[in-house]
Amino acid sequence: MSKNIRNPLVEVKDLHVEFDVRDGIVHAVDGASFTIYRGQTLGIIGESGCGKSITAKAIMNMVPKPGKMRGEISFHEYSQQNGKEIEEVIRIDTLDPDGQRIREIRGGHIGMIFQEPMSSLTPVFSAGFHIIEAAKLHRFVPLDTIGDTMTKNIEAKRHVTEAEAREIAVDMLHRVGLPNPEQRVDSYPHQLSGGQRQRVMIAIALSAYPDLLIADEPTTALDVSIEAQILDLMRELQETADMAIMFITHNLGVIAEIADEIVVMYMGKEVERSNTIEIFENPQHPYTKSLLGSIPQIGEKEAQLETIKGMVPSPFDLPSGCVFHPRCSDYMPGKCDRVYPDYAEVSEGHWARCLLYDGCWPETSEAQAIKSEAA
Amino acid sequence: MLSFLVRRIFYAIIMLVVVSFVSFIIITLPPGDFMTQKIAELQARGDKSAELRIDEYRERYGLDQPLMTQYWLWASNFIKGDFGLSFEYDQPVATLLKQRFPLSVTLALATTAFTWALAIPIGVFSAVKQYSLGDQIATTISFLGIGIPPFLLALVVLYVAVVKLDQDVVGLFSREFVDASWSLAKVWDLLKHLWVPALIGAITGTAGTIRIMRGNLLDTLGQPFIEAARARGLKNRTVIWRHAVRMAINPLIVILGTETFPGILAGNILVEVVLSLPTMGPLYIEALLTQDMYMAGTVLVFLVMMLLIGSVLADIALAWVDPRIRLE
Repeated sequence: MSKNIRNPLVEVKDLHVEFDVRDGIVHAVDGASFTIYRGQTLGIIGESGCGKSITAKAIMNMVPKPGKMRGEISFHEYSQQNGKEIEEVIRIDTLDPDGQRIREIRGGHIGMIFQEPMSSLTPVFSAGFHIIEAAKLHRFVPLDTIGDTMTKNIEAKRHVTEAEAREIAVDMLHRVGLPNPEQRVDSYPHQLSGGQRQRVMIAIALSAYPDLLIADEPTTALDVSIEAQILDLMRELQETADMAIMFITHNLGVIAEIADEIVVMYMGKEVERSNTIEIFENPQHPYTKSLLGSIPQIGEKEAQLETIKGMVPSPFDLPSGCVFHPRCSDYMPGKCDRVYPDYAEVSEGHWARCLLYDGCWPETSEAQAIKSEAA
Repeated sequence: MLSFLVRRIFYAIIMLVVVSFVSFIIITLPPGDFMTQKIAELQARGDKSAELRIDEYRERYGLDQPLMTQYWLWASNFIKGDFGLSFEYDQPVATLLKQRFPLSVTLALATTAFTWALAIPIGVFSAVKQYSLGDQIATTISFLGIGIPPFLLALVVLYVAVVKLDQDVVGLFSREFVDASWSLAKVWDLLKHLWVPALIGAITGTAGTIRIMRGNLLDTLGQPFIEAARARGLKNRTVIWRHAVRMAINPLIVILGTETFPGILAGNILVEVVLSLPTMGPLYIEALLTQDMYMAGTVLVFLVMMLLIGSVLADIALAWVDPRIRLE
């Protein structure tokens, strides 16, 4: 799988995002912690409204109003200096949301593509304009190209010029497989199809050679054949660019195809994490099991499609104990509705948050008492 | 695009012909006309020479002919630039308009400049800082601005400036410059007077424009491409002005074409009357009151012409700023 898996790129620790709205406080993200490693593809999966997109926005320090963010988000910046690799840790959550540093990370180190390719490009600007805009912010060339640039201290850099940025735009459109990039660079968004627009979005995001690409349901709005093309493209570009991908989706088929490792989220918390094969072959959390059970199987005409009973609870009135217990097929009365499970490693590299596993019982005397009383 | 324009202009011309006919009918509808009145007056005084002159006019404008012939005479002269005679002023309409038109245009330009300079920044601020104290204040003031009739504001300004501050704000020129020929001093004097009606027009016009700007910008700021632009690492200010305002400005362009442009002729007529400005508005009102038919008809046709030209220009401007509108 990934060669750099030991080098963390983005670490999220106990992230909370809350929205104080008229009807109460919504905990969109409620204590999420995970790490994205260099070159890895991390899939984040969950139902609508489980906090996937907000988590992605929090990593960009772009939580929409009136959201408030707590917790730690660290970005590890790796750079070469005098032949040595230097690692610098930047606390994204403490940066000024419109400051210089975060704007270098946004679009520079972390690129993002969105769910809505149809409306993610400003309608009055051409495809090329968007890429040029990004390239002029984040692409640099050595100040002096005469002589041996290899030995020169390459710290002296300048932003690319308009003409160079245009060349980059054409090149990027070519790399994302848009036909006739020389002409397409001047096309306006309404002259492009949905799949072409998403290719343009990818070209914008990749024009700065980011370390991480956050893909927030990038294929949801596209039809299936275009979806396959876009996924292939992302995989192909990832291989050449040594870039990590955080792939957010609610589509199990898509995530199986692209992710190395998967985080399953439910109501703003991660409930399970493991590598892709393990999640599909040996799911531990009842929610993951039900999700996998509710994929239609080809050839099983007779079998009734399994569904997850009940509905996503109201964010203003969360169930006590484990938030999934009212819908859980393994619900243990007297336990699940009273104890909130910890997130623990249930087997090698496989994390879950469910009271079925001893490790997930909190250490508190109260929880331990409930555990022994039921036994 | 070219065929679209040609079609657009063709329709505008047809529209103009229809409107000119309707306005001509309306002008001649009331019983009696300026002529009959004048003739009665002259006959009472027994002024022979004047009666001869009136006969000459009668023939020239076909006043004793059927309505259609009268219209045809008027319309064909109109195209040649002869708009008829103002009976009230006893001067060709064209001469009168020529004096006042440039001043009307200047006033309209000044008003629009004031309006946009106030409304766009305030509207943008209001949208970006939605529900902040500043937004609430701007919203309150703009509702007040919509609520206060401009002529009332003009009266208040007049009272405060003339009675309290002893300032000369009436008209567009000080007394010594009214009949003077153009000079730098006269231009300076004009500017000293112009800002009063321009500001009054701007305050009332700004209110609506702020609301439009705020509403549109709020709409635009909620669009995914704004988030995408921010995720590209652009400064907030760049995102707002380059991506959001650029998208939200379309309705203002339409307003510029369909309200400001005709407004050159009949903008805030009541304000112009209150401040007794030498512009087109008061002339038009007076012509309507005294049945000065050629004067009224001419202004009416020009008004419609401005509206039509304005909307064609707005279409062109829209196509220029928004590629989605450009037609193949």
